[in-house]
Amino acid sequence: MKIVCNGTEHQVAAGAKIVDLLKEFDLAADTVVVECDTLILKREDYDRHELREGSVVELIRFVGGG
Amino acid sequence: MFVTPDFAELKKAIAAADAFDVQQALAAERIGIKGLAALLSPAAKPYMGVMAEKSAQITGRRFGRAVQLYAPLYLSSFCSNRCVYCGFSADNQIERRVLTLAEAEHEATILHDRGFNHLLLVSGEAPAKMGVAYLEELALRLRDRFAAISIEVQPLRGEEYARLFAAGITAVAVYQETYDRDVYRQVHLSGKKSDYDHRLATPALVAAAGMREVGIGALLGLSDWRAEGLAIGLHLAWLRKHFWRTALTVSFPRMRPAMGEFTPPLPVSEREMTQLIFALRIFDPDVGLLLSTREEARYRDGMLGLGPTRYSAGSCTVPGGYGNRDVTGEQFSVGDHRNIDEVSEVIRQKGFDPVRKDWDPIFQMHGRRPQSAALVI
Amino acid sequence: MLIIAGRSFRSRLFGGTGKFSSPAVMKEALDASGCEMVTVALRRVDLADPADDIMSVLDRERYLFLPNTSGARDAGEAVRLAHLARASGGGEWLKLEVTPDPRTLLPDPIETLKATEILVKEGFHVLPYMNADPILALRLQDVGAAAVMPLGSPIGTNQGVLTKAMIEIIIDQAQVPVVVDAGLGAPSHAALAMEMGADAVLVNTAIAVAGDPVRMARAFAMAVEAGRAAYESGLGMVSKDAAASSPEDGLGFLR
Repeated sequence: MKIVCNGTEHQVAAGAKIVDLLKEFDLAADTVVVECDTLILKREDYDRHELREGSVVELIRFVGGG
Repeated sequence: MFVTPDFAELKKAIAAADAFDVQQALAAERIGIKGLAALLSPAAKPYMGVMAEKSAQITGRRFGRAVQLYAPLYLSSFCSNRCVYCGFSADNQIERRVLTLAEAEHEATILHDRGFNHLLLVSGEAPAKMGVAYLEELALRLRDRFAAISIEVQPLRGEEYARLFAAGITAVAVYQETYDRDVYRQVHLSGKKSDYDHRLATPALVAAAGMREVGIGALLGLSDWRAEGLAIGLHLAWLRKHFWRTALTVSFPRMRPAMGEFTPPLPVSEREMTQLIFALRIFDPDVGLLLSTREEARYRDGMLGLGPTRYSAGSCTVPGGYGNRDVTGEQFSVGDHRNIDEVSEVIRQKGFDPVRKDWDPIFQMHGRRPQSAALVI
Repeated sequence: MLIIAGRSFRSRLFGGTGKFSSPAVMKEALDASGCEMVTVALRRVDLADPADDIMSVLDRERYLFLPNTSGARDAGEAVRLAHLARASGGGEWLKLEVTPDPRTLLPDPIETLKATEILVKEGFHVLPYMNADPILALRLQDVGAAAVMPLGSPIGTNQGVLTKAMIEIIIDQAQVPVVVDAGLGAPSHAALAMEMGADAVLVNTAIAVAGDPVRMARAFAMAVEAGRAAYESGLGMVSKDAAASSPEDGLGFLR
């Protein structure tokens, strides 16, 4: 199924969870915050929260800034 | 909550100042409490000329060449306090009266006709004889004729100040009389006023209630004037930090040794009071400084432009005294007997503008009573 | 000791983490600066290079992260970024930036006040970036800002403390700490702000883009310390006309 992650379309397996998405990008769960369909997810929910067709996901992290 | 430092500590801080500290303060933009202590100290005596110049400069820059004029209107001489220095003290055998609302309005009308737009309502502290309801009703009757109405009455509660503000009173004076706790106890024998801390907390209540202006001060002659000055400075600074929306004023009621009256234990000379005025002006460029008719015409004229920004004029300190010259029982005797026109004339001659009004309550939206029904129909 | 929202800081220099040539240089420079609080921004992970996590080089035990809301154009966006920052492990600390004008990046006072009010109620320690407007500082303080961060000059311009007269009033009036932020281009600018009585300064660009960021970081640390020491020692004033007693020409009326 198709989702939008950080503004671009991605193909993920049906029933994929957040944790699968992070694995695909090789991202450690404790370095990012995940917003899925405008909801900020708790870290403990990453392996429970299922993606749906058309889900809009934002993967956010701290970067350099003043 | 504002807490006065120990009076002895204040005296010590002042005594520690030397000529170098005075010079530093006189060269600084913001002198701070340490600078104020220096300018109040004996070490500043030789610098009176420089202080006068600096004080005048700051006053001119902040207030321009304007001098505000006001008149006190005494409403009641009843008082439940026993204060050894005051003509209204409950112990004193004087003829006492409280003006009826109609009488008070009549007195106000006389002052209005004489050209005053700024009124200070004064009374002894006897809530049973003259309370909030009285002040509220009087303010409502007067508010459309006067640009500013201030009060100097017993300390009230926060919600009472808010009520009076809605009725058109915009400023409150609550003088501590002395910041010296020991002396305070000695001179305030009984009555509500004998509670030092309650009185000290009142200016903050006034500000929190939304009044545009609060006045503080010490009665000069009760204790060490230099330490009083430093305490006033601390109180001002604290009020500024916590109530930045509120304008502040300081008054300088000076007791003079006189026959049959209370003899001040530590009389303050004209020169000393002048040093106090200059020091506070340099410390706080924005504070309004009041000089009442307790002082003589010569002195008041001389001080024009040097620091004070507000003068009373044509004052009578007995309830009903404007309409009837024969009433007796005044709070203190007046040193400048000129009427408002005479005072205004001198102010003009010296190149200043006598301002009889400042703010117009018409601009204040909050709490206005609707116009009378007759106008609506 | 500087205390903000109950936490004490030994260093009065706050660092920024943007614009460095590499994470390694950033780390070395921040270590040299002695600062204990660093600002960080929030951005989407670059999915083309997801391993590029520059913040991982910084020791979270040593540095308190102060997440900013850079990029927010109104209060709503700032609040959303604040929530993301908290979820990212930023704790309750927040440098609130609302900058609708992408050219100058000057802060919007109205949206900043709105956002501060909302975020304080949500339990954030809000440090709003603001123009050097004394009344705004008091209004922000009144709604619960933990500190105020007036700008010295427009961000990234290195022009120093152009807002000196206003910042002096802010310092004079504020009950919360005043952190001068933005525009400090040289250690002397930071020293000036500290001599004026600022509680701290925040420096990013001037360190990050210096020829030698590590030495520049050290230079700022020394300047901040020098300025603070001068402030606490009581600066000797330039004496103009008060050196000697002068005649009392105007006081002849005194008795």
